[in-house]
Amino acid sequence: METRALRFGLGAATTLVVAFLWIPILIILAYAFNGSVLQTWPIQNLTLHWFHEAWVDEEVRSSLWLSVKIGLIATLVAMLLGTAASFAISRFKFFGREGISFLLLLPIALPGIITGMALSSFYNFAGIGFSIWTIVIGHATFCVVVVYNNVLARLRRTSPSIVEASMDLGADGWQTFRFVIWPVISTALVAGGLLAFALSFDEVIVTTFTAGAQTTLPIFILSNIQRGQQLPIVNAVVFAVIVLTVIPVVIAQRLTRDSGALTGR
Amino acid sequence: MAEIAEAGSPLRGARLSISAFLWQRPWLKVAALLALPVLAFAVVYLGSLAALFVSSFWSVDSFTGKVVHSWSFGNFSTLIHDPIYRKIAFRTIWIAAAVTVTDAILAFPLAYFMARLATPRTRALLFVLVLLPLWSSYLVRIYAWRLILAKQGALNWALNGLGLPDANLAYTNTAMWIVFSYVWLPFMVLPVYAALERIPQSYLEASQDLGARTWRTFRTVILPLALPGLVAGSIFTFSLTLGDFITPALVGGADSQFIGNVVHNYVGISNNVPLAAAFATLPVIVMAVYLVVAKRLGAFEAL
Repeated sequence: METRALRFGLGAATTLVVAFLWIPILIILAYAFNGSVLQTWPIQNLTLHWFHEAWVDEEVRSSLWLSVKIGLIATLVAMLLGTAASFAISRFKFFGREGISFLLLLPIALPGIITGMALSSFYNFAGIGFSIWTIVIGHATFCVVVVYNNVLARLRRTSPSIVEASMDLGADGWQTFRFVIWPVISTALVAGGLLAFALSFDEVIVTTFTAGAQTTLPIFILSNIQRGQQLPIVNAVVFAVIVLTVIPVVIAQRLTRDSGALTGR
Repeated sequence: MAEIAEAGSPLRGARLSISAFLWQRPWLKVAALLALPVLAFAVVYLGSLAALFVSSFWSVDSFTGKVVHSWSFGNFSTLIHDPIYRKIAFRTIWIAAAVTVTDAILAFPLAYFMARLATPRTRALLFVLVLLPLWSSYLVRIYAWRLILAKQGALNWALNGLGLPDANLAYTNTAMWIVFSYVWLPFMVLPVYAALERIPQSYLEASQDLGARTWRTFRTVILPLALPGLVAGSIFTFSLTLGDFITPALVGGADSQFIGNVVHNYVGISNNVPLAAAFATLPVIVMAVYLVVAKRLGAFEAL
């Protein structure tokens, strides 16, 4: 179909675009080993010193712990709400179905700043002071979609008749769930949960509006970059953040290879 | 044998009758499944959007700094009449559009190669190479560019190595354009890939059999069929750029403010929530129009 020259051209363009995607990531990973406190390129001498510094830093520790807590709670909420909604949407036809699926998509279709501003106005209205829960609510609103999309993609690929068959064979609702539905959705649910965690763990826009004076790990990184402080420690933290978000994503990708659920954020 | 013993137990009977009860009343199941998610979203999310909208009509007492709950279009008229806001809005939309076009051009050859030329092995590899940047922290990737574009960064090092002079890109609108195009590129690649993969090979063969050359096949067969994917990707690139304030803050210069920066400053520093809320309605309106057009172009099926 494509001529030889065209194939070659497309291959070359692909290589260039992939290089464009990856070179900055490799460079930022390299900076974590920079022996100098000045952030210049090429880096002068290699060291592991900053990983130790970051590890013993009180602020890094407390913000990491806060981010992990928020990520876990938001993921749990998202798994619960996202799964329930995906079952209702995929298995039943009812008035307002389209509207509800649109409502769930809204937090990622609208710019993050809108979600953040809207939530902070809401807290203001309701007189709710900033706490870990105000951040969790913010994160959960956009994490629900990820779980919802994953589970929905899996359910669309399974025939609803397996549930009928299970009932016909005398299983009650719980048994049908435990032995028929659960094995079908479990990997998609776990994948959705991992992605939701990855999303929450490095979210910064909604968080700046819902955190008040609290410092999550991304906020720690952002404020230090802006002030140009502790950059060597930031580089080590950044290295860890990249590695920590890559792992859940790779696992999630393996779990959902058939349904390609990662393509829809 | 446990199964049989269980079959006669009263507990099992109760469970079966509950199951039958629910099976006959599907609306009850829908209600039970949707109660929590809909309640949470309707109250918290829609409630928040409503709060945002309402507060955009309020104002701040310049003397006490407190929000005054009286209705007026004052904020909107400030935004329309003060040229600085017009300039910022125009800059935001213009860069979002430029980023979208850039990403479409960069994504297309990669997506085409993945969908139609790569062997299954290469395709799987490319897929991971596109997905990992998508999911890795976007804050970190912007920071990477801040270091790369710096005076003593990797870009100038590479240019000097080639015998070229320094590129003074740090803290400019060009830097923002590059960085935005960089961070949102995977969002464009994936839907375009999905759209291209769905084109049957026979369409291309038919086009060639009918005498169309490569360019013509591209223009009249491939491009129209890839359009929904391009539009779907553009929803992300456009919307994400429109609402961002981190990239302008980290790699933009003195004249690089976005709508997001103004909103962020008014909320965080000057505490003028009503004016921020009024300005934040602009991206919402722009996105609403954009989504309606995208739906017409069939982008929602390609998401």
